[in-house]
Amino acid sequence: MQPANLPPRAGLGLKPQHYAEILATRPPIGFFEVHAENYMGDGGPPHRYLADIVAQYPLSLHGVGLSIGGAGPLDRDHLRRLRALIERYRPQSFSEHLAWSSHEESRLNDLLPLPYTPATLDNVVAHVDQVQQTLGCRMLLENPSTYVLFAESSIDEVDFLAAIAERSGCGLLLDVNNVMVSAVNHRLDPFAYVDRFPLHQVGEIHLAGYDETTDAAGDRLLIDAHASRVSPDVFALYTHTLARTGPLPTLVEWDNDVPAFAVLAEEAGIVDAALEAAARRHQPRERVA
Amino acid sequence: MIAPLVAQAAFAAALVDPALPVPPGIVSHRGDSDAKRFAVYRNNVHAGLVGVLAAKYPVCERLVGADFFTAMARLYVTDHKPRSPIMQHYGADFAAFIEGFDPARAVPYLADMARLEKAWSIAYNAADMVPMSIIALATIDQAAVPELRLASHPAAGLIRSAFPMGSIWSAHQAEGVVVRPGAEAVLISRPAMEVIVTVIPQADALFLHHLFEGAALGVAATAATGLSDAFDVGRALVGLCNLGAFAQPIQAIGSAHAA
Repeated sequence: MQPANLPPRAGLGLKPQHYAEILATRPPIGFFEVHAENYMGDGGPPHRYLADIVAQYPLSLHGVGLSIGGAGPLDRDHLRRLRALIERYRPQSFSEHLAWSSHEESRLNDLLPLPYTPATLDNVVAHVDQVQQTLGCRMLLENPSTYVLFAESSIDEVDFLAAIAERSGCGLLLDVNNVMVSAVNHRLDPFAYVDRFPLHQVGEIHLAGYDETTDAAGDRLLIDAHASRVSPDVFALYTHTLARTGPLPTLVEWDNDVPAFAVLAEEAGIVDAALEAAARRHQPRERVA
Repeated sequence: MIAPLVAQAAFAAALVDPALPVPPGIVSHRGDSDAKRFAVYRNNVHAGLVGVLAAKYPVCERLVGADFFTAMARLYVTDHKPRSPIMQHYGADFAAFIEGFDPARAVPYLADMARLEKAWSIAYNAADMVPMSIIALATIDQAAVPELRLASHPAAGLIRSAFPMGSIWSAHQAEGVVVRPGAEAVLISRPAMEVIVTVIPQADALFLHHLFEGAALGVAATAATGLSDAFDVGRALVGLCNLGAFAQPIQAIGSAHAA
């Protein structure tokens, strides 16, 4: 089992429209992250550019299609494709989501929520075990952003994630934007969520921008959109997290309406400044009451 | 408790069919069933797949405008769910859908543009392979050349259209491209790192079409000569090899792969 060893720096999602600029200018980005499913073609420019990027930067491989929270069995063909990618590019980290996206033959192309019960916990732990055995590495599992709750849920989400990590030995990916989105949507305290989170298991943090709307009762509803700068409240929750954890690899996710690379690099610079501040100020017991 | 598989089946069914109610047991923090919250997932699925189509068919989107394209793509998405988590495979039959979509008739070449852009996407992701060079042909016993069958390169795709598809596509890539009415044949290929889109002579295209269909070189050349007296098989082969049309190795007639 290799440990997650991305550098505790700001990372960016790698977008095809930025390949050439990155290779020409070699910007000081801590790591790049790619969606595994975008590199499952046979060949061509995506693989060629990724190989060149990987020669110069650490890589985080982030899956969006494994459906680890699916009630049915994992797709063995998809696991084989992931294994081949990991063997080819040797990423410093592999992560996936606490969500499902496939039902039988249908691929729903979204990260869908699951109820938190003893039965679903057993199922997810078994899936994470299978993933780690097949891929031959420790994975990180990401907390979801959700818009609905399940009446049958009997386990708190933080406890659910902590139990998966404890039982499977996987690490966790803490998406701070997802924490904010879910906390606002379900009227929970996002700071309390982070404070209860098993932060010692966190191998990577995600940040992103959200959109905002209202639900049928007119209550505030946040949408995990990845289409804008990180919101100030999410950034405040991030610095609160860093004060507890110290510097951690942190990805800025911007997947829709992707701006010029300079804008992404600017966001990474803001995150790097927060990471440097956290490194200077971090005293592990400072905030413990 | 509802069995998890049954519960996810109900969730999935309600996602793809907006006429269905929110499945039981899915609630807001207030404890009520909130259709607007569930609709976020419906919208994510549909908007995500529309986005996949817009990324794969960017010139089609520009030809009809974003609003028209989104409305058309939403109808396609409603009846076509991905069968693979690899989204580069999604929307492979979008051109056929466009052909049957009446409101798109005002842009009669839209389906052919979708075919061209699909071929571009296939070329972009195709396996890496050095294309067959004309030098390889020169090493063959010349008496056997008419019987040769050539395999298409994994990145190569041929679009023969009644419309000037190559020029229209090029006009959306760079300024100053003049589009003249008339039929064009287009070879989409990747002889090196980047995908290229090349308008080729009609006789060369007919020649290539027959070769890609598995015909022997002599048969394909005869068909092309029938279309144009000016067709020169040697010149066509040099040009097509340089564009990366063929895979190695050459397959002689009678081989296991002959069609």
